[in-house]
Amino acid sequence: MLVVIVGGISIGVVFLLGCVGEILTEKSGHLNLGIPGIMCMGAAGGCYTTSLYINSLPTADSASWLVLVLVAVLGATITGALGGLIYAVLTVSLRANQNVTGLALTTFGAGFAQFVMDTYVDRTRFSAASKIIRYSIIGNADWGWFGKIFLGHGILVYLAIAIAVTSAIVLKRTRVGLNLRAVGENPATADATGINVTAYKYGAILTGSAIAGLGGVFYILDYIGGSWENASTIEGLGWLAIALVIFTLWKPDLSILGSFLFGMLYIASSGITGVSFNVMKLLKLLPYVVTVIVLIVTSILDSKENQPPASLGLNYFREER
Amino acid sequence: MSLQENTAREVAVKFENITKTFGSVVANNNVSFDVYKGEILSLLGENGCGKTTLMNMLSGIYFPDKGNIYVYGQPVVIQSPKDAFAYKIGMVHQHFKLVEVFTALQNIALILEKGQKYDLKKIREGVNQICSKYGFNIDLDKKVYNMSVSEKQTLEIVKVLYRGTDILVLDEPTAVLTPQETKKLFAVIKNMREDGKSIIIITHKLNEVMEISDRVTILRKGEYIGTVLTTETNEKELTEMMVGKKVELKIDRPKTEFDRPILEIRDLLVKADDGSVAINGTSFYIRSGEILGVAGITGCGQKELCEAIAGIRDIEKGLITHDGESLIGLSPKEIIKKGVSMSFIPEDRLGMGLVPSMSITDNMMLKTYADGKGIFVDRKNARERAVALVKKLSIVTPSTETPVRRLSGGNVQKVLVGREIESNPNVIVTAYPVRGLDINSSYAIYDILNEQKKKGTGILFIGEDLDVMLALCDKIMVLCHGRNMGIVHASKTTKEELGLMMTGSLDLSEAKNKEYGKAKDSRLTDEQWLELEQKENSEEKGENDNG
Amino acid sequence: MANKIVNEPLFHIAKRGNLPLWKAILIRGGAIVGAILFSAILCGIVFGKNPIKIIGYLFDGILGTERRIWLLIRDTALLLGVGLALVPAFKMKFWNLGGNGQILMGALIAVAIMRSNIGKNNVLVANILMLIGSMAIGAIWAAIPAIFKAFFKTNESLFTLMMNYIASGIVAYFLSVWSVNGTGVLGQVKTGHLPVVLNAHLLTIIVVAVLTAIMHVYMKHCKQGYELSVVGESENTAKYIGVNVKKVIIRTLAISGAICGIIGLLLAGSIDHSINEQTANNMGFTAIMVAWLAKFNPLMMILSSLLIAFLTRGMGQVQTECNIANDAVANLVVGIVYFIIIGCEFFISYQLKFKKGKNSKESSNKSKQKTVKERD
Repeated sequence: MLVVIVGGISIGVVFLLGCVGEILTEKSGHLNLGIPGIMCMGAAGGCYTTSLYINSLPTADSASWLVLVLVAVLGATITGALGGLIYAVLTVSLRANQNVTGLALTTFGAGFAQFVMDTYVDRTRFSAASKIIRYSIIGNADWGWFGKIFLGHGILVYLAIAIAVTSAIVLKRTRVGLNLRAVGENPATADATGINVTAYKYGAILTGSAIAGLGGVFYILDYIGGSWENASTIEGLGWLAIALVIFTLWKPDLSILGSFLFGMLYIASSGITGVSFNVMKLLKLLPYVVTVIVLIVTSILDSKENQPPASLGLNYFREER
Repeated sequence: MSLQENTAREVAVKFENITKTFGSVVANNNVSFDVYKGEILSLLGENGCGKTTLMNMLSGIYFPDKGNIYVYGQPVVIQSPKDAFAYKIGMVHQHFKLVEVFTALQNIALILEKGQKYDLKKIREGVNQICSKYGFNIDLDKKVYNMSVSEKQTLEIVKVLYRGTDILVLDEPTAVLTPQETKKLFAVIKNMREDGKSIIIITHKLNEVMEISDRVTILRKGEYIGTVLTTETNEKELTEMMVGKKVELKIDRPKTEFDRPILEIRDLLVKADDGSVAINGTSFYIRSGEILGVAGITGCGQKELCEAIAGIRDIEKGLITHDGESLIGLSPKEIIKKGVSMSFIPEDRLGMGLVPSMSITDNMMLKTYADGKGIFVDRKNARERAVALVKKLSIVTPSTETPVRRLSGGNVQKVLVGREIESNPNVIVTAYPVRGLDINSSYAIYDILNEQKKKGTGILFIGEDLDVMLALCDKIMVLCHGRNMGIVHASKTTKEELGLMMTGSLDLSEAKNKEYGKAKDSRLTDEQWLELEQKENSEEKGENDNG
Repeated sequence: MANKIVNEPLFHIAKRGNLPLWKAILIRGGAIVGAILFSAILCGIVFGKNPIKIIGYLFDGILGTERRIWLLIRDTALLLGVGLALVPAFKMKFWNLGGNGQILMGALIAVAIMRSNIGKNNVLVANILMLIGSMAIGAIWAAIPAIFKAFFKTNESLFTLMMNYIASGIVAYFLSVWSVNGTGVLGQVKTGHLPVVLNAHLLTIIVVAVLTAIMHVYMKHCKQGYELSVVGESENTAKYIGVNVKKVIIRTLAISGAICGIIGLLLAGSIDHSINEQTANNMGFTAIMVAWLAKFNPLMMILSSLLIAFLTRGMGQVQTECNIANDAVANLVVGIVYFIIIGCEFFISYQLKFKKGKNSKESSNKSKQKTVKERD
């Protein structure tokens, strides 16, 4: 049970970052189906900067915790934001179809990550780097189950929660959040009241993409311990993160709970023992079945207050008549 | 006020050679005129003459292709609504620019300048001051989607004033108001004029122009025609400037032989999408050969009534009979087959009844595509009918294969109304058929309806403009929150009486008995009605058991 | 004028009227050529090779041998086939992102029958059963999200996506069951193959050609095609004219899924004679591009699928020549080409108007414009 909870929190962070990134983007009225691709890009970018840093040192152990975390975070967020920039230029400035652009970005992002990881990233010291990034604040001290659940994680887990909480506060309690929600609800209104709609859209998409990118690098360097197979795993997690947005009703604070719950389900399905190897394969699709059930249940419990931003998916052109 | 005095006054806004095109359409061509400080100027013109486009350039929504705007003598570049605010220009758009899920206060808070603190308390105080100064009444914690149109408009004006506005543009402010609400609004506008503000009112209603404005500027087909003092002109002269030729302003109301009721509705109860009651126990009937108008403020159940008659909305309770036969439980297709035609023009004008991206031909066969055997649609026949319709109603279009979306509003509505009439209906339910049309197109539509009336068709006309309804309809029913407030003869009532009924202050149905709105010469006897009712009830029960 | 106007905008965006067809084609064609050149230069820089050589590889990869030409046409046909499946769904504004899963399930049924005793003993009966089974399972796989969309408005894009993963999980399970000693890899199935017409590719091409013609007629001339277009534009209008919207949604997706099932059948029964989790080769996504680029017109889609098949196969050759092991570069380049083509649509619907002085050019432009006609 404890393993499921701890592991669920860990994989839940991937969902959380992807989900919060998508929420911020959707609040500006843009449905970004490119988030899975952006997470792949973030993973590749973060891994690239990390490999540059850690391979420049004489030994992997001499890496500084702070620098390593910073290098990984910066690499991932900047690459993620660049992916978001492509999306923003196409959908905000050039008013391209959001679904098509997002899918193209996912194709591109997966290819980009695969190419960068295979060609430019030297992963020989990644398991060491991962250990450093996963340093917990209590070190090796044993605080029992409490310590394992609440204190035993690497810094990135707490960073992710902080990002989600901050996003929730910004959306709910600040002028920037109010303006952003207005842009997503009714861009014509926001525009007529003097809000710079384009700037808010770019800001939300880029910030959201940066956060999602962080989710990608977290998966490689924290959760999976520095190994890399191919981009499709991250892509799959990305789609689940997008589905979570609907489940958590476009609320970043609720998404903390949702992501961890979902993470535990994800872990639980692989934690079931005593079944045959073949059935294990079937259990792997449990999270997707759960997602489907969640989608159905939320659509049946449809209410007026918990709706997506009214202009989601529609591009805005001021002189549209 | 004499002309000399006027020329001496300070010019608040000066338009100089403004030109704006959309694709190949010229919306404004070389428009130049002045607006003075402390005056109410009416901007008069037909629908589609470019009034709104011009004002949108003042408020930063559009940017002119050519020409300059001056504010208090300074040449200005207004690239965005933000720039407009910097010059203290504010506009209340016809379609309100409000965020539905926000409260009134949050909507006002949206306009804060950068650097201003997000202090809702302070905003509340400031707004309350403005409200008491000009006499507004507003609940700041109400969510916009719960507000009535008049409340929304008040919020819009307060919002603009809170920002500090010297030049205020109001786009068709009275279109959705009752006569009483309009009076209140005009009083507030006059207060603002006394305060030294310049107010520009976009309108096409002549009586209001005469009532409220100091001067009138007329646009026609994107061109500036002239500016006149209100005191030195009359409605006839204004109309001629507006339309460009002498027009007869009278709408015909041909005398016809009323037949027995063709469509009878009894104790109808219908719910809206959100589950609230939209039509509440209403009874009325339409006779063959009469036009029954339906008046009411926006959202009082008009849409739901149309949908219930057409069979696309479930009926909770009550009966609808057509020629003595119940329509309840019939599919929309079967109702169409019986000769009941419904056309509803929503605010964006392209809604139920037409598919915007399809060609005229494809729209012609919307209701008939399924006729005939086989799996293929008969496009050839539809094209022939489209060609005939284009010719008959002189619809301006490059070809019958042009998507309806590309046509102008007037032509779109001609296609819709034309198709409905082509099917030889015996009942026409039409909502807002002249919405957004210019005078000539509107009259063309009235003529079509009157022709149908003479043929003995029963017509339910849901409208916005009370003046038009008073002239066109034989009787008018007023709805308020889905209740029938009374049915009056158009020739024996006044706008004021209708206004009071629309807001629920006057209820004629109350005074009478429960049988209000039920025809004495019904096609069915009382026993038959009772039988029908029992049948519906038992069927409903059966349905419930199954479900 | 005392004060010169400051802050004059450099340009502003305006919506175009009708762009002549040749201009639109020119813009799109230019974008495609530009995108390919750009990618070639990029690859040249990354691999340290002459971009002209890269373009050489690109064309060599598709036209180099007779077999490569066949493969190009076959891949075009496969993509086109999946694109055709998506057309009715997208016309109805139903985002079917589940093509991959629908193909996979179709292929799975086909392989199952091929391996069975029927496949071993009676090829003809097996082939008929494969056709029925693949179409049925594809239809079911697409109809499940459609049913929930029709009744509860459940988000269809995410639902169909999840169905992809569920399908690939099921395939993984059967691979694990079927494969010897748990390798999870299934070798060539020797029995129950679809008939060979001339070579391994022609059957696929013929089937898709027939499908294209059918889909063109279905969308353009059939009552059902007309109905689903109306539903896509306005559900209210559809209801009013007596269309059973729920039925149309489910029926259309069943058709969409059934076609994907046929593609799965072709892949398993005629091309691969086997199955793995990547059998769909992401065509469910790629075909969205095919359909969208062609504006959902089945005949135009022949061109758009050719373009994408050309790029994918051509880049494959470039990868081989440059010693890259996987298809990452192809995805990367195809992604870039997508972006450029998606972006160029902007210049077809909008134009940038540059604010100039009152020079003669502008006034001559103005005089060309007609004065006010009836406006919308």
